[in-house]
Amino acid sequence: MVDVVIIGGGVVGCMIARELSRYQLKTVLLEKEDDVASGTSKANSAIIHAGYDAKPGTLKAKLNVRGNPLFDKICSELDVPFKRIGSLVVALNEEEVKVLEELLQRGKTNGVPGLEIINREKLMEMEPNISREARAALYAPTAGIVCPYELTIALAENASRNGVEIKLNSPVLSIGVENGEVLAVRTPGETIYTRYVVNAAGLFADEISRMAGAEDYRITPRKGEYLIFDRRFGGIVNTAIFPTPTKISKGILVCPTVDGNFFIGPNSNDVREKDDVAVTQQGIEEIIKSARKLVPELPLKHVIASFAGLRAVSNTDDFVIGASKKVKGFINVGGIQSPGLSSAPAIAEMVVGILKEEGLELKEKSDYNPERPQIFKFRRLSCQEKRELIRRNPAYGRVICRCETVTEGEIIDAIRRPVGARSLDAVKRRTRAGMGRCQGGFCSPRVVEILARELGIDPLEVTKCGSGSEILRGRTKEFIETGGVTGAK
Amino acid sequence: MRLVVLPVQNRELVIIGGGPAGLSAAVEARRLGIKDVLVIDRESEPGGILKQCIHTGFGLHVFKEELTGPEYAERFIEQAENLGVEIMLNTMVIELTADRRIVAVNSREGLIEIQAKAVILAMGCRERTRGAINIPGFRPAGIFTAGTAQRFVNIEGYMPGREIVILGSGDIGLIMARRLTLEGAKVRCVVEIMPYSNGLTRNIVQCLEDYGIPLLLKHTVVNIHGRKRVEGVTIAEVDDDMKPIMETAKFVPCDTLLLSVGLIPENELSRLADIEIDEVTGGPVVNQRMETSVPGIFACGNVLHVHDLVDYVTQEAVSAARGAASYLADGGKKYKHIPVSPGNGLRYVLPQRINVDAMPEERQNFFMRSVRPMAKARLFVESERGVIKSSVLRYVKPSEMISIQLDRDEMRGIKMLNFSLREEGDSVERGE
Repeated sequence: MVDVVIIGGGVVGCMIARELSRYQLKTVLLEKEDDVASGTSKANSAIIHAGYDAKPGTLKAKLNVRGNPLFDKICSELDVPFKRIGSLVVALNEEEVKVLEELLQRGKTNGVPGLEIINREKLMEMEPNISREARAALYAPTAGIVCPYELTIALAENASRNGVEIKLNSPVLSIGVENGEVLAVRTPGETIYTRYVVNAAGLFADEISRMAGAEDYRITPRKGEYLIFDRRFGGIVNTAIFPTPTKISKGILVCPTVDGNFFIGPNSNDVREKDDVAVTQQGIEEIIKSARKLVPELPLKHVIASFAGLRAVSNTDDFVIGASKKVKGFINVGGIQSPGLSSAPAIAEMVVGILKEEGLELKEKSDYNPERPQIFKFRRLSCQEKRELIRRNPAYGRVICRCETVTEGEIIDAIRRPVGARSLDAVKRRTRAGMGRCQGGFCSPRVVEILARELGIDPLEVTKCGSGSEILRGRTKEFIETGGVTGAK
Repeated sequence: MRLVVLPVQNRELVIIGGGPAGLSAAVEARRLGIKDVLVIDRESEPGGILKQCIHTGFGLHVFKEELTGPEYAERFIEQAENLGVEIMLNTMVIELTADRRIVAVNSREGLIEIQAKAVILAMGCRERTRGAINIPGFRPAGIFTAGTAQRFVNIEGYMPGREIVILGSGDIGLIMARRLTLEGAKVRCVVEIMPYSNGLTRNIVQCLEDYGIPLLLKHTVVNIHGRKRVEGVTIAEVDDDMKPIMETAKFVPCDTLLLSVGLIPENELSRLADIEIDEVTGGPVVNQRMETSVPGIFACGNVLHVHDLVDYVTQEAVSAARGAASYLADGGKKYKHIPVSPGNGLRYVLPQRINVDAMPEERQNFFMRSVRPMAKARLFVESERGVIKSSVLRYVKPSEMISIQLDRDEMRGIKMLNFSLREEGDSVERGE
């Protein structure tokens, strides 16, 4: 019997897990994929919004404004890069300038600090590559950027070190309810008896809620596509640059990443399937066209990857957070679309509060450690530090990914840490090996080898992102014997 | 705790990269009497990409015989060893400055700092990826660049897939079409967006036609299917503006997509040293002695521009070594250059500038690529005075580099050089 089962290893689930790991509780987190941060948390705009956008009075507005200032501490404790680079909403005509005024007012109502409207001159000074059409901009100095999967992984790792059990490859098959009260959660491997279930299943939160017989709501996947550019052009913009928003979306932006690249996107299209993360030709064209309105000179020859993410949009038009009125012990944390990442720390606080109200006893642990042991990122070290690190562990002297300068030591560490990497993508998200301009062309055979060696498996079993995504299909000569097509005419 | 600070090593000539370019340059440098030649390579064995090129076709120009890649490399590795070239393996150069200071890293010595009198860049190139050409669709396992697949098959002994579609008709893709077929995989087709192939004619014949593998010109991949592993691709014909004609789209089942869509000179270190890069070649701008815009730093091989034949890489590396030797001898004397430019019909000409009096040899090699295929064309070399030289070329293709030599006497006193290619109208018979 455990106290809490959290369903979903995205940023919200992992933030809640870490928050609960402060207390003397038995907590289990279930993730259906082979790694945390495998859904919406790995493919989004990575912005910690200031909070002017959401409608006053909504959970989105409240939790965003509450969540934003918490990032400095969390990221410093977890050794995750976070940069408060500020954001700009750019008006390209007089109509849009009026909208900036509305946003400014809304921001003030929401309690966002430091907002100001800046004129064209100041804007040009801040962003020399911005369109000449720009008239003015709303500047939000508190907006920031973070790497959302790095953060999620760090949260999971820290939660794990503080006693939360994180079970990967564990999709929830059913939720047992007895006398209107949560009883157990069943996965392919086991049945876990629990007093509380926190539903942080992202795109699938509606299905999980239905499975428990709790509240009925609907999550629609809304796709956003992105193009990411070579680090060499990272300096094209300094802040997160948004167009003036429409009713549907914050629009397609041009924004730096914490790792020094920049991206354009996302567009916003409802799709039918919750795993439709395919990038489309129309989508690529759409984001290029829109982004060019903000920054006309985009180095399109230097795109290194395109990708798509899905927003979990609820039909209630706000986050769905609360204890179920139908099933005792079941807490919904659904519909966490933008500004979900920004709100995550505040969502976690709120959920812990709800659990307490629902009768969960919270006794602080004496040995809770909010800090994650340091991760050596070779490329960020000084010469002296590099030298010392290699002397202590020679594996840090072997560069495996040349584009991002990732060493074997870092990859081994990523595999051996709690919630360690089990696949090529998991190594990539933890170390950046394969994330640079050659996109793993050089390092992927080497990472496959290291994964196989460290995990004690055959290289043929190494996957890109879990079972079914094996990288290699066989050994040479094997296919000839099994009757492949051979020989010249 | 006190950190041990290792002294900076002073070296005469440091060559970054131990592939065909670096090894050829090292051998030539030793022959020219440079005593201290250090080659730094990131892999555990020298030879670069040649190690995985187990097919034949190397050395026809340089050795007048047909060698495999490893054999070609071996000849230079042996010479390098005999001549006392020092090769530092498993070592990655992570920094290079314009005053020729190098920071490298390996497991044995940790961080190594070197001050070189001269440097030759020979880092080669990397493959263009899916992102660079923006193929829509999912991002499942089963998408490889052709060179990565080649490494898996030829070095590691693994098969990347059973049923394969190859996008792009670059040489590595063509070679892999044959290789995978011989290994029992089914190569469904090679899809090329251009109206002509991007590989050597001999590879089209020997790797595709001999095995009945269809080459679909003016086609591209418009979608990749499969959530976890590639399940197929949608291909479509393209119009004259290279836009897909969606009515022609069709699904091709496969578990693997190989990309052979171009190579990019790897100039991250060159950029750190503020070396001027030619936007067309993707490599440094060089002069008659293969010297970049930064004095004392030379470049050769695929880091300079992408070659189709390793033999030309060796020739170019020899020039770079001679250049470095002359630099070490003249102590970096300043020379004035005249511009060398590509005119009609040519994408680029290398070197991009020369000083005729300072040529290390009596003859100067010029390498160039055409903008499109021409059955018959006339190459014109002009100075401000008019045509210096012209010659007829047959079966010109952008994928096959044109190489021409000019004597010093032909160029004395000129102020500029322009190369151009004019298609000749008369039709020629096919076949050689």
